[in-house]
Amino acid sequence: MDTLYLTSLQPGQVGTIANIKAELGLNQRLSALGFRVGRRVTLVRRAWFSGPLHVRIGTTEIMLRRRDAIAVSIALETTAIDQH
Amino acid sequence: MKRIAVLGMPNTGKSTFFNRLTGAHASIANWPGTTVDLMMAKVKLGGLNAEVEAEVIDLPGIYDLRGFSEDESVVRRFLEQKPVHLVVVILNAAQLDRQLSLAIQVCHLMLPTVLLLNMADEAPKFGVVLDTDQLSKRLGIPVISMSAKYGEGYATALEAIALSLSHQAEPVSIQSIETQLISDHQLSDQLNSILEGAVQTPDQMQENLTTRLDRVLLHPFWGLPLFFGAMFLMFQVIYALGTPLQNQLAHVLDWFRVIALEPLLSALHPFLKGFLLDGLYNGVSTVAAFLPIIFLFFVCMGVVEDSGYLSRSAFLMDSFMERLGLDGRSFVMSLMGFGCNVPAIMGTRVMRSPGLRMLSMLVIPFSLCSARLNVFLFMSTALFSPRVAPLVLFSLYLLSFVAAILTAAIFKGRFPNKDPMVLELPPYRFPTLKQMLLRSWREVKHFWIWSRKFIIFGVIAIWLLNNLPIGAKPASAETFSGMIGTAMHPLLAPLGINPQLTVALIFGFIAKEIVLGGLSVIYSKPEGAALAGAIAQQIDWVQAYSFMLFTLLYVPCLSTIAVIKSESKSIKFAMLSVFWSIGLAWGASCIFYQGARALGF
Repeated sequence: MDTLYLTSLQPGQVGTIANIKAELGLNQRLSALGFRVGRRVTLVRRAWFSGPLHVRIGTTEIMLRRRDAIAVSIALETTAIDQH
Repeated sequence: MKRIAVLGMPNTGKSTFFNRLTGAHASIANWPGTTVDLMMAKVKLGGLNAEVEAEVIDLPGIYDLRGFSEDESVVRRFLEQKPVHLVVVILNAAQLDRQLSLAIQVCHLMLPTVLLLNMADEAPKFGVVLDTDQLSKRLGIPVISMSAKYGEGYATALEAIALSLSHQAEPVSIQSIETQLISDHQLSDQLNSILEGAVQTPDQMQENLTTRLDRVLLHPFWGLPLFFGAMFLMFQVIYALGTPLQNQLAHVLDWFRVIALEPLLSALHPFLKGFLLDGLYNGVSTVAAFLPIIFLFFVCMGVVEDSGYLSRSAFLMDSFMERLGLDGRSFVMSLMGFGCNVPAIMGTRVMRSPGLRMLSMLVIPFSLCSARLNVFLFMSTALFSPRVAPLVLFSLYLLSFVAAILTAAIFKGRFPNKDPMVLELPPYRFPTLKQMLLRSWREVKHFWIWSRKFIIFGVIAIWLLNNLPIGAKPASAETFSGMIGTAMHPLLAPLGINPQLTVALIFGFIAKEIVLGGLSVIYSKPEGAALAGAIAQQIDWVQAYSFMLFTLLYVPCLSTIAVIKSESKSIKFAMLSVFWSIGLAWGASCIFYQGARALGF
């Protein structure tokens, strides 16, 4: 299976964090906000014009830019869940 | 006196707890070598027979003791340099699954610690179940769940704090935080083992108010119009309410001057009287004029920030602002700057990255504030036909945006945002009135304390320039400012700005509100049609537009410089802002004036 990144999730889709490959500062911030290997992450929505992503991990909701989100690779477990 | 450091993650209600603990008595602690303000207050804790006095310091919110942000290094430096009797760690009970890592790090420092799980009222709504006894056992420190906002559990928290303090006679400091911390990998393992069975977090979050609101407020199509609507409303509340308040205050100050100060000082030499009234007293009035606006601004900021909407603005505006090296919050501040730059610059403190803050502070002064608008309304009606005047105004607004974008584009390399742009979008919450008022009051105090001297001194200096040497007609060619006007003429002549208008620009350095008054003194004509006529006779529309362009772009006012200096804590940075804006003003006016003349206008 191809490696999927956080950016490849569709809104409403849930994935499990497989790996985080970021420079130290970003890595630290991500882990403080709950990005840890094995945790489930939901892509809530994407902003327009290649804007940031809105994701949810546990009870925390986070926005991050797409180029930072590339650092997070995902293992897919569920097919798209329709949010509505 | 014992010392308590309050430490916690951002968005955990740490300041709410601090405010509840200390009331309105907190002040900004002097902590050299940093642009971060620390709040400090003295409190009495414990029962009547065991009362302890303690100094409480509110450290900035941090994610990680190892972190690279300025806030994180300030906290490290504080703990390494200031011995404390107790560390109070505040975390959000609903987000313990990730936030507990900070408490674990603090526990490894071996400092006396109490852990408060704030927002305990929110946790059940998210389906989070906590076993505080179990957590306390595993961490080896007291753990209390409470709500700083509503007060539940607060008394228990205070007892625990007082008890810990009473056990700690000597303050403890840490030699080196880095050596005591465990690796990220170990931290992750410990986090999991401590959470196991003590904290239950649902795997899937249910639908709640926040998810429903976000579906509307962050809607791909409606999100932005709603955002602009909200900003318009906020702007209206601040300035539609603030401007009459400002006028009332000016009225009262003027009344006091006429009824008390003028008769009292009438015996004095006219120069000394002028110095005291038009220099010193006007300086004080200039400072006072900002107080109502600052108060209202921070009440509104309290609403948008505490409700959680401000971080949503970052989400909505990011695709555009990222290109400028800024974020949506800088955009909000720049918009508010169209009313008044001063509170907008103070408001940049919500952005924690120093680069981002500096860049925002450099951009905000180009927002066409209401004081400049008054000058433009006057000049455009004086020199342009009623049909063209609105277009002139519109073009100035447009150029205000262009100048801001240009500034951001040029300086974003010099003030890079080094903090990762990963922001929490906290759940929507109701702000409490008490918090909002307390914060606004504090900001007003902050402005009064840190900017007062600079502004009053500046007003006096400009008054002296306009009135020295003694005996010269105020603001005439014989005064120092007249001389400066003449001396600067070669520099401003290429812009079509004559010596009289140059003196008006010197007035404008204090505040754009007094430019018209200044012009009326310079031309010896009462403000209004007579003055407009006199100016229209002397200059043509090209010169007038060039003058307006210069007025738009150069230093907005002394008070703006004062807050830039106090917020950046760097005179060098304030000077950069001054010289850059003057340079840009000169360049833009020169290009316009020479271009228009070359085209035969």
